[in-house]
Amino acid sequence: MGAPLTGRAHPGVQRILPWLLLIIAVALPWVATALDQGYYIGLARRVMIFAIAAASLNFIMGFGGMVSLGHAAFVGLGAYTVAIAMAHGLTSAWIAWPLAMLVAATFALAIGAISLRTRGVYFIMITLAFAQMLYYLAVGLKQYGGEDGLNLPARSQIGFGLDLGHEPTLYWVVLALLAAVMLGLNRAVDARFGRVLLGIRENEARMEAIGFPTFHYRLAAFTIAGAIAGLAGALIANHNLFVSPAAMHWTQSATLVVMVLLGGIGYRYGGLAGATALLLLEEFLAAFTDYWHLPLGLILLAIVFFAPRGIAGALSSRPTA
Amino acid sequence: MTVTLLAEQLLNGLQFGLMLFLLAAGLTLVFGIMDVLNLAHGSLYMIGAYIAASVAQATGSFWIALPAAVAATGLVGLALEVTLIRRLYRRDHLSQVLATFAVILIADDLVKLIWGPAPIMLSAPAALAGPVEIAPGLLYPSYRLLIIAVGLGLALALYLFITKTRTGMLVRAGSSNREMATIMGVRVDRLFAAIFTLGAMLSAVAGALLGPLLAVEIGMGENILILALVVIVIGGIGSIRGAFVGALLVGVVDTAGRAFLPDVLNTVLSNAVAAQLGPALAAIAIYILMAAVLFFRPQGLFPARS
Repeated sequence: MGAPLTGRAHPGVQRILPWLLLIIAVALPWVATALDQGYYIGLARRVMIFAIAAASLNFIMGFGGMVSLGHAAFVGLGAYTVAIAMAHGLTSAWIAWPLAMLVAATFALAIGAISLRTRGVYFIMITLAFAQMLYYLAVGLKQYGGEDGLNLPARSQIGFGLDLGHEPTLYWVVLALLAAVMLGLNRAVDARFGRVLLGIRENEARMEAIGFPTFHYRLAAFTIAGAIAGLAGALIANHNLFVSPAAMHWTQSATLVVMVLLGGIGYRYGGLAGATALLLLEEFLAAFTDYWHLPLGLILLAIVFFAPRGIAGALSSRPTA
Repeated sequence: MTVTLLAEQLLNGLQFGLMLFLLAAGLTLVFGIMDVLNLAHGSLYMIGAYIAASVAQATGSFWIALPAAVAATGLVGLALEVTLIRRLYRRDHLSQVLATFAVILIADDLVKLIWGPAPIMLSAPAALAGPVEIAPGLLYPSYRLLIIAVGLGLALALYLFITKTRTGMLVRAGSSNREMATIMGVRVDRLFAAIFTLGAMLSAVAGALLGPLLAVEIGMGENILILALVVIVIGGIGSIRGAFVGALLVGVVDTAGRAFLPDVLNTVLSNAVAAQLGPALAAIAIYILMAAVLFFRPQGLFPARS
């Protein structure tokens, strides 16, 4: 993998950078509203939701060495759970969102239990296979829109007098959840669990010889990542007020992988940086030309050759550790 | 009646499987020998189909278009290998995924720039428009028979090339132990370029032949790429024999599943449930097949390396 063993940020500037970004992110809706640019609230919210999904993928890819090409399936499961629950009258976010995470985690547990028997490219392909199965099952769900997808009549309800239909409110909820996910994953990496996971990534045979049940650790990480992706799905369903099988297509999973690689695999903020960079690049390029795939492809090629550790790797002053 | 239907669907599966084999052969060789995971393989297939369609429109002849597309796509493949793929040999698989994913984006937009966003037409040769009676009561489109013949011919040629020629011996050596082959003096850079070009030409054959049956459109490569990846994973990465068996399995299971699963389900389930479940199950049949193969044989059916 070649990513630094700890992924610990450089002390000093980089320690306050996350808090600085958080303050800017909190203030964004007020600034955007004041400048009459409400569009950017939605854009930033979408970026943050994908950052949650990419961060969860980075957790298993970067720290666990498990390259999954089926991660979008868990996002889709979360989104469909919220949409289907709402279609049956279950509108409370306090029930539907944890349910979305539970459904995604359950599928991740089952898929991981089978997939983790394989290694390397075979693991990539078997996760892809399960994701494609779920994709086609979603296409087959005719009573929930089938291939055309399903509209949500309204956003989930969180009570306390707050209305997620108010664009900035949903934004702040997403931001709070993103912060919680980043903190939680950072904690997990520092904790014994994360250390063991890194050890398994570096040398599984040795970890097993020491006496760690490596399979269970990897399965637990895979399941946690699935649950977080399910949360991202619950949020994206609320953001779009729409779910469709396209959210689970393999190209979506590939996009998440590209986000992690672009941002910096195995770096704490790799998923966040990659999701932000890719979505903003798409947005920026698409504003100039219909042919935005072409420059985007060239930029990705440049990343491969000139910044092989991704954005976080290029920004980090720490040499290979 | 049902026997002819069964035979027809089996032939369709064989025909689709053979085309998948042409794609999977290049993919599995590039991966098995060069250790490069090339997601852009589907783009070469797309470029082959587009060039064939253009040449066919300009000359009015499918028989000029096919070799022209194969030659041109071979050149595109060679150029891609020299400019990009060559630099990825020593990189990890993830860098290769990112770089070749970038190539997909670039290729899709270049095709859109040159040919426009709408799908374009590629017609089967007029002489092969009608069906032929291959058995009493069994009419089969002659164009599909041509595809089967070309596919079988190329599979045989590839088999002879790999097992009987000196270059083929080097390919096998590289596939089973790359470092050892290099140490023993195999000129790997030339071998790699030749294999990559061969893979590009084979995918162009598949693109040109399948063009009249499927749509020639942007994104056609991404869909079939996944099927080709499924094939090489089932067969065992790096194994041509595995790719052949895997391709036929996937082709037959996919075709037969779509044709018969809804009816089969109808007999055991209620109509409404079967109508909904049938198409979904048929679409995921090959993925279930792959997951099952990997569950019992995590290295595929014919592992190239032990």
